[in-house]
Amino acid sequence: MAIDSALENKVTEWVGSVDDVKNLVSERAISGETMLLNLGPHHPSTHGVLRLLLELDGEEIVTCLPDVGFLHTGIEKTIESKSYEKGVTCTDRMDYLAPMSNNTAFCMAVEKLVGLDVPERAQVMRVICLELTRIQSHLVWLGTHAIDLGAMSVFLYCFREREKILDLFEMISGQRMMGSYMRPGGVWRDFPAEFVPGVETFLDEFPSRIDDYELLLTTNPLWLDRTQGIGVVEPDVALAWGFSGPTLRGSGVNWDIRKAMPYLGYENYNFDVPLGEHGDVYDRYLCRIREMRESIKIIRQALQRLPGAKGGFRSENRKFCPPPRAELGQSMEAVIHHFKLWTEGFAAPDQEVYVAIESPRGEIGCYLHGTGGNKPRRVHFKTPSFMHIQGIPLMSEGHMIADLVAVIGSVDIVLGDCDR
Amino acid sequence: MGVTQKLGDLGVVTTTLETAINWARTGATWPLLFGLACCAIEYMSTQGGRYDLARFGMELNRASPRQADLMIVAGRVTRKMAPVVRNLYDQMSNPKWVISMGDCASCGGVYNNYAVVQGVDEIIPVDVYVAGCPPRPEQLMHGILTLQEKIMGERIKEWA
Ligand code: SF4
Repeated sequence: MAIDSALENKVTEWVGSVDDVKNLVSERAISGETMLLNLGPHHPSTHGVLRLLLELDGEEIVTCLPDVGFLHTGIEKTIESKSYEKGVTCTDRMDYLAPMSNNTAFCMAVEKLVGLDVPERAQVMRVICLELTRIQSHLVWLGTHAIDLGAMSVFLYCFREREKILDLFEMISGQRMMGSYMRPGGVWRDFPAEFVPGVETFLDEFPSRIDDYELLLTTNPLWLDRTQGIGVVEPDVALAWGFSGPTLRGSGVNWDIRKAMPYLGYENYNFDVPLGEHGDVYDRYLCRIREMRESIKIIRQALQRLPGAKGGFRSENRKFCPPPRAELGQSMEAVIHHFKLWTEGFAAPDQEVYVAIESPRGEIGCYLHGTGGNKPRRVHFKTPSFMHIQGIPLMSEGHMIADLVAVIGSVDIVLGDCDR
Repeated sequence: MGVTQKLGDLGVVTTTLETAINWARTGATWPLLFGLACCAIEYMSTQGGRYDLARFGMELNRASPRQADLMIVAGRVTRKMAPVVRNLYDQMSNPKWVISMGDCASCGGVYNNYAVVQGVDEIIPVDVYVAGCPPRPEQLMHGILTLQEKIMGERIKEWA
């Protein structure tokens, strides 16, 4: 068949043998005493295309070797071939459950590189979007985590609420998921009139929905059996492995970039950072649930702040932000700026910057190196999922194979985030 | 309900074998539980309460390719993943169909680079392409309905 030959030409398959993994697994695997099992990349509980090579002693995991890269898309390389404004679009598709967080990390790096100020109003708008993103990401996590452990209905409820957030995103950006709403210097457009009432309605009903989820899970004996005491990580170990976000806070380490290195005016908001005690799957679950409640608090404060916030939704610096349509008919200068920005983009100095923000999964950092021209020399993202996948062996070794599923769910990995 | 209303108490419906088989196949196309990237999240939304894919007899995702009839390639197929996708497709038993969901699976999308296979049709035959990045659930459902139309038009003599 033509397709077969095409496959042979295009894709070289890895031809491996047990010898290649000899030094990675224990002696017992070679003698056949323990079993080698391949989990993924096509497996429903690996949350995408993660592959794990497991060495099993009966049901017990002896070694676990993650194999990543099945979703390596070359996003960083693609951004390097685009002007700064266009690069934003690619960042949505990395951590596809938190597009707005990626956008913001990238935009803040660009802003730092060129020294662009973001108006206060735009900052408040960003905070609203970021926290809504956090809620919707945690909803997907909760739904899939619960489905992995056998609680089907939670998935349906979570997605019901998530749809409402996606409706709000569609309202402001025209797209349900990949809005590319954040732009260097602010956001794409002002909120439409119906957005703020929409958010308020959502916030009014959402706390009772979280109560519903908790009713289904938090005290459910089956849930407790499957999650308590599983995948325990000590605080110092979690720090040593570079964990961040709820995965770190579940171990009781108080580290939240919103508090530790505030950005977008997070220091002015009043919220708590939920911490776990035992560092097991259950504590990470509780942390995320409580985080959703904290996000509601933050959004409420931001909504109050929005009418009084100074400035527009985007910086007025015309060297970096395009002029509004209406100006084009009146000012020659506006036409020139418009033309320059949409054909060539803006130039950034030959310097490097690093900006980190707190995404729903943890620290997402953007390293950016300018060239003096309109494209970056190097873009690199430090993504939380990559760090957390390293921790899966540590959390799962010695446990049953069924607990591995709980561990994978509890670190909330997104393979697009890890492989990029 | 529909049939009895139309035909009264006849108790007999005449049709051709071809139509009957195709009808049975359209109503219960089981997709492979298989997600690659962002599009898979929209695919999950499609199965959620609001869009309710169960209306088309497709709520039952099979994790094993042996039990699946339909592969929805939801997301970008990378060079490392391509052999796996082909392997899964080969393991599915006939008759089988493929929907390529999203720009990445259809043509590589924005990622015209070293890592992404420029369209999953380079490695497996595709029946329906759904555009969008990611396609809305409505678009995916339209793609599924288009596929059902296609299945309804299949001929027995072409199966062999
Ligand atoms: S088409 Fe868009 S949404 Fe779908 S996998 Fe590709 S980048 Fe993601």
